[in-house]
Amino acid sequence: MAQRIVDLVRARFPQAVLEAHAFRGDDTIVVRREDYLEVVRFLKDSPGTAMDFFVDLTCVDWPGRRPRFDVVLHLKAWRSSERLRVKVGVPEEDCTCPSLTGLWPAANWFEREAFDMYGVRFVGHPDLRRILLYDEFQGHPLRKDYPKEKRQPLVPMREDAPPQPPPFPERPH
Amino acid sequence: MGGVGDRPPAGGPPSGPVGVAQAGWLTTRLDPLLAWARRWSLFQYPFVTACCAMEFMSTMCAHFDLSRFGAEIPRWSPRQSDVLWVVGTIVHKQAPALRRVYEQMCEPKWVVAFGTCAAVGGFYDNYSVVQGIDKIIPCDVYIPGCPPRPEAVIEGLMLLQEKVGRGELSRWQQRQPGAGRQAG
Repeated sequence: MAQRIVDLVRARFPQAVLEAHAFRGDDTIVVRREDYLEVVRFLKDSPGTAMDFFVDLTCVDWPGRRPRFDVVLHLKAWRSSERLRVKVGVPEEDCTCPSLTGLWPAANWFEREAFDMYGVRFVGHPDLRRILLYDEFQGHPLRKDYPKEKRQPLVPMREDAPPQPPPFPERPH
Repeated sequence: MGGVGDRPPAGGPPSGPVGVAQAGWLTTRLDPLLAWARRWSLFQYPFVTACCAMEFMSTMCAHFDLSRFGAEIPRWSPRQSDVLWVVGTIVHKQAPALRRVYEQMCEPKWVVAFGTCAAVGGFYDNYSVVQGIDKIIPCDVYIPGCPPRPEAVIEGLMLLQEKVGRGELSRWQQRQPGAGRQAG
């Protein structure tokens, strides 16, 4: 549906687009991290694309893959109703990504959530704190290697509390 | 307790012990009197966090009418309430607030875990959810269900009323030093 926009981005940034594919009418481009901010700025400000609506920003963990994380951005153009998904790979060793808060103030809390759950640090974010969990929390719980039985209570558990039931048994994948 | 000063209706069966009622006075002990009074005037503090609130509202409103049990008045201050209804999922971030509300309540005090999440954590077996409020505060009655039907809530309240009426110590009192004496 948004092949026109993919072509525009490819013409403007021939090196930046690593991959593009479409699934049931939804187009996706995968861009290089160093070009991510400029590509998104072009998508937002260029009159030909005008992807002016920031829909969503989230993150995906692919354990074993390099780069390990994908930051996923969803954009929409109000005028033409075209939609585009932009993915950028973030390696675990250098877990940073440019922040979009300069383009959309609404990206602030989305990036805080991605930081909270996955530990991706957004460079240029004005206030990168945890948003859902508490400051005392160690680690990032939506990473696939976060232990699923691990609890980090703020209040000490009662010494005479009923015993904890065993966790669900591990099933082979 | 009915029948203090009553006279039996003419021709009908006497409403109380004959000699006592006709004499116009009745003896009792203080503890059962207090337990009876507490049983039928449970002021509640609803600590409502999740979707169980819908069933809680349903139970409170006219169709099921918890006021029949003398427990219809929510007190929005924990200092004025007898029963803490924990209605919904409690996460670790919220646990200090729940603990503080509980500690602000005057004794005697009771706690009801409303719904599976409050009782055992429900299906949220994950990093964020407290696996049952009894890990944090003592709990007297557990009402299972996701959410529980109002009938189950009423049964839970009646179980609590029986416990209060028997003059039993609440879970909180059982844990205090010198907890051998009766409530009241």
